[in-house]
Amino acid sequence: MRREGSPFRGLSTVFIKELSDHVSSSRILVLQLLILSTALAALYEAISSLRQNTAEDPFLLLRLFTIDQAPLPSFVAILGFLIPLMAIGLGFDAVNSEHNRRTMSRILAQPIYRDALLMGKFLAALATIGISLTALWLLVIGLGLIFLGVPPGGEEIARSAVFLIVAIFYAGVWLSLALLLSTVFRSAATAALVALGIWLFLTVLWPMLAPALAQAIAPVDPRYALLGLNDPATAVWMQELLRLSPNDLFGEAMLAVLSPTTRTLGPVFLDQLRGAVMGAPLPFGESIMIAWPQTVGLIAGTIILFAFSYVLFQRQEVRA
Amino acid sequence: MSEQQTEANSGLHDPVIRARGLTRRYGKSIAVDSIDFGIARSEVFGLLGPNGAGKTTTILMMLGLTEISSGEVSVLGFNPAREPLKVKQRVGYLPDAVGFYDQLTAVENLAYTAKLMGLARAERAARIEAALARVGLAEVAEKRVATFSRGMRQRLGLAEIIMKRAEIAILDEPTSGLDPQATQEFLGLIGELKAEGVTVLLSSHMLDQVQRVCDRVALFRNGRIVLMGTVPELAVKVLGAGFVVEVEAEGPGIARRLAMIPGVTQVETLAADRYRMTAERDVRPDAARAVVAGDGALRRLSVDEPSLEAIYARYFQDQPAGGVRHAA
Repeated sequence: MRREGSPFRGLSTVFIKELSDHVSSSRILVLQLLILSTALAALYEAISSLRQNTAEDPFLLLRLFTIDQAPLPSFVAILGFLIPLMAIGLGFDAVNSEHNRRTMSRILAQPIYRDALLMGKFLAALATIGISLTALWLLVIGLGLIFLGVPPGGEEIARSAVFLIVAIFYAGVWLSLALLLSTVFRSAATAALVALGIWLFLTVLWPMLAPALAQAIAPVDPRYALLGLNDPATAVWMQELLRLSPNDLFGEAMLAVLSPTTRTLGPVFLDQLRGAVMGAPLPFGESIMIAWPQTVGLIAGTIILFAFSYVLFQRQEVRA
Repeated sequence: MSEQQTEANSGLHDPVIRARGLTRRYGKSIAVDSIDFGIARSEVFGLLGPNGAGKTTTILMMLGLTEISSGEVSVLGFNPAREPLKVKQRVGYLPDAVGFYDQLTAVENLAYTAKLMGLARAERAARIEAALARVGLAEVAEKRVATFSRGMRQRLGLAEIIMKRAEIAILDEPTSGLDPQATQEFLGLIGELKAEGVTVLLSSHMLDQVQRVCDRVALFRNGRIVLMGTVPELAVKVLGAGFVVEVEAEGPGIARRLAMIPGVTQVETLAADRYRMTAERDVRPDAARAVVAGDGALRRLSVDEPSLEAIYARYFQDQPAGGVRHAA
């Protein structure tokens, strides 16, 4: 049975309304302050460390993103940790709050399809995160100009722009997850708790669990242990398991893009290094190729999770 | 053929809503069980029945907001399952305990739905202002909805329907939780809508209100429509007679004279000078004439109009509910 009319009717109206709600909410203000203050602290450390060691570096601007100065992790690592929090904060009550405020049936009685409501909410939250991240990105480049005094080259800008795009998709995964949970759970508090639980598990616990699991699946060959080497089978398993976490995918993609000397993200065999000029940066295109699978993983995760919430929302009863 | 029969059954020409064999199943339980009805243009139609009898499910099916398991319904000639946008463009819906975005003002809330309806900017402002004035919310138009009382929210919901210029207004329990004065005002607004030619579907369990505003009612029970018609029609069906007239008079042979009035089915003698007549129509003028003609002294003549309350109570008392079901 085909339904008549466009599923996107009213999409822009929902998008604009949700966007203005997000931008004017105190929730986003708190989240932005949190990210801004931690990110600025990391940047400050990075800048002061860069000013002391003025070695010749063709990618000085990118160093701002990746240098970590104890006790603070790098700017990218902080974003990898905090972007999910922002996405969850914007998405955990997207659908269930409409039910709880009893606005759902009134809105759906207007001449629009449910598609427009869900899609509008998703895009508005993603746009909010996109705006925040873009502002942050411009801030980093601006600070880099002021404090390092070296104008960034075209490739540096290109690489950091890729960072921005991948970061938005990384936010998309978490936003889809939060949206899915807000569709499944009628209570916003439950949805938020479950989302935060998954976030903590994947960012904090999983990096500790994955090696243990890898050793259980592919025990280390004692001959490698005697030589003081890592067993490649165990290492591969560990990496595959770690990649189940979007956090790890984001980290790997960023490593490839922001550290141009990265040649591979997995274990390397000696014969693969034959002929390589160690320490020489890879061209932009090659770095993108290395980061491409991870980026596709993030995009696919976003789409799959969104599709799940889409199906659930279409089948959901309007009545609370 | 069947189309003509249904129209003949409901006694309607050109119904704006027509349902045939409309059914909604949730797994094994049946929320709405093969109901048929037709609603005429600018009629006020009441949906009555206990909670979970299938009223809201029926409404949601008419709006295409829940799936139809079998049967069909046409609203203004459109099929809500296939053409929900056309139906929703023309039908206004005020849900049970309607909600608004608390952080927005009354105008902003209406502007959002007006945009969803696809109204142009200039048209929007004019319609919103007019609608808010109609329901008496013009003074609080710029106040945030968070400060609104229950009655104000309901009126704002009605303003949305007025702004939409809906041909059909579906109101689900619009007066529950309102104070008597707010209820009164709200019923007045429903009357105005009817006068403008809007068809109103009113779901409620406030029987006296339904009786006051509805032309016809349908009584729902366990997902079926068990009774449908005007209140006097139902009274005849359920109570056996439409009117109960009490006469207080003194004089010889009054009981006999009253019993001879055409249309009177029964006369009970309550006390020496008090009689209760049951009749198919309002027989008060005839009763007065009969008493006076027999040289009696007429002291009091009162009529109990058939109340929906009595019909409802009698119906459910005669046929005890077989297991209460709750709507999902």
